[in-house]
Amino acid sequence: MSLLVRNLDDLALDAGVTSGAPLPGRGRRARTLMWLGVAVLVVLGVVVAATLVSGSAGDTDLPGRNASPSPDALFGTDRLGRDVLERTLVGLRLSLVVGTSAALGSGAIALLLALAAVAGGRVGAAVVTWLVDLFLALPHLVLLILITFALGGGTSAVVIAIAVTHWPRLTLVLTAVGREVAASDHVAISLALGHGRVHVARRHLVPHLLPQLSVGTVLMFPHAILHEAALSFLGLGIDPGLPAIGVMLAESMRSLSAGHWWLAVLPGLALLVVVKLVDTIGTSIRALADPRSHHL
Amino acid sequence: MLGRVLLRALRVVSLVVAVVVGSFWLMSASPVDPVQAYVGADAASIGSEQREQIAERWGLNDPPLERFAAWAGNVFTGDLGQSQIYGEPVVVVLADRAAASLALMTTAWVLSGVFGFAMGLLAGMRAGTWVDRALSWWAYLLASAPTFWVGLLLLYVFSVALGWTPVGGAVPTGTLPGEASLLERVHHLLLPAATLSLIGVAPVLLHTRQAVVEVMASDYVAFARSQGEQPFGLVLHRVLRNAAAPAVVLQFASIGELFGGSLLAEQVFTYPGLGEATTQAALRQDVPLLLGIAMVTALIVLTGNAFGRVVHHAVDPRASVLA
Repeated sequence: MSLLVRNLDDLALDAGVTSGAPLPGRGRRARTLMWLGVAVLVVLGVVVAATLVSGSAGDTDLPGRNASPSPDALFGTDRLGRDVLERTLVGLRLSLVVGTSAALGSGAIALLLALAAVAGGRVGAAVVTWLVDLFLALPHLVLLILITFALGGGTSAVVIAIAVTHWPRLTLVLTAVGREVAASDHVAISLALGHGRVHVARRHLVPHLLPQLSVGTVLMFPHAILHEAALSFLGLGIDPGLPAIGVMLAESMRSLSAGHWWLAVLPGLALLVVVKLVDTIGTSIRALADPRSHHL
Repeated sequence: MLGRVLLRALRVVSLVVAVVVGSFWLMSASPVDPVQAYVGADAASIGSEQREQIAERWGLNDPPLERFAAWAGNVFTGDLGQSQIYGEPVVVVLADRAAASLALMTTAWVLSGVFGFAMGLLAGMRAGTWVDRALSWWAYLLASAPTFWVGLLLLYVFSVALGWTPVGGAVPTGTLPGEASLLERVHHLLLPAATLSLIGVAPVLLHTRQAVVEVMASDYVAFARSQGEQPFGLVLHRVLRNAAAPAVVLQFASIGELFGGSLLAEQVFTYPGLGEATTQAALRQDVPLLLGIAMVTALIVLTGNAFGRVVHHAVDPRASVLA
């Protein structure tokens, strides 16, 4: 919970900036670095722990089923006596894998389209804007459902669907930055010196886009993970046999009226914490790479 | 001016056409066999000859372009085909479901907008204080929370543990939809609407807060203050309208997101709206219904965006309606 306090610090500092209070410079940077380190460590810890328990996560224990949380099983057990904590960890690792592949895919698409929009003149820009509008014209979840349906469902379909739908907003950001750079004096000078478009794109455009791209890709993660969980919850995502958080929560609905609250509350809370941690990693990197962004 | 209006209209039309063509293409690319999906459990009692007859009757053996032309022609006359899982025309299913969803989504939309804006104003005016910290913390937390998990929590607390609200549905079990009283309907609407409002408050709150903080730091607010304007008058005359612009745009742009949320909330509370129909159509491979839903939701999103522009222009005349 205390990991969430970082945002409070930001807000307090933001307020301090706008009301003209002095900025505690070094302390803030150190604190951002610390939260970044903590967040990365916890996320890595989840992956390592999941790998350690993945062997026994599916083990059923019928006599010990539907046990409420205890020191033996911190998150309790489900209707087949499986350890909910172990399944949650494995589910979170799956979410992180889906999130990583999807974010990398969407990040690559966003970079390519932004370059096309900046370098492609008026036509290129118009085509990219139209594509962005097209992908934003359907509710995101409906678009995801249509694509997973077209791909026949299953885990790989979810990864592909999430990867090909999360680029529009990052593309807009990258295009805006790219246009600004393309209109700057040093690009004009470079062109006047006879450097080719490829040279300018590689030496002048990409270095300015990279920080935005990396931060944008990390910040795509939370959305990707939440969408994966939502699809799985609806029964349209990860194979129902696999321990994914969405699948577990969908199963928990069957025994909620029996009072088995831990089946729903704890895995969902774990997902919330991981999403928040990844978000912390993204905003911390941005704060370190571009300190001004914190004041805007 | 007229040229720009035409260009704008052309753009929207091209997007709708692209959504229709794209959805049809996605559906026909699916490995799902429509005949198999249709016969379902009766598969064993149906021979290959009968399958062939169904396929022929549905025009499944025609080339894709021909099928699309036939389907698009029907769409133009208002015939979206027959829903396989509900056994009714898609238009009828959509209309029935839309009524239930409209009540849910409108309630959530208005509540999240009003509360989000009010809380954002409060947080922005009190920036840096504990009120601001608490509200922002709450909003950041909700922004990371899965919608269906929030729904499950509410369901457990209020329906299971406390027993204040029904466990699901839009009307009491055993009652026909037409017979339920208004009070009963509202009773069933409470939790799903609360779930969507809770989630929807976060972005409005944070954006309004940011806008208020910026306005409060502006020269014209400093000038008004130096003239002796009191905080209440400051909010009423200087802050309200400027801070409303981002909230309005966001609220209209979030209709698509709200529909996504209603899919999840309707699943949690087994509320028979459009969202639940979408999930069922995808799970049970009802292609005509899925196509109809894709078209309707695209129209809702694009209309929402257009309304957003108009209202934005009304709030802030500097904003262009066409841009």
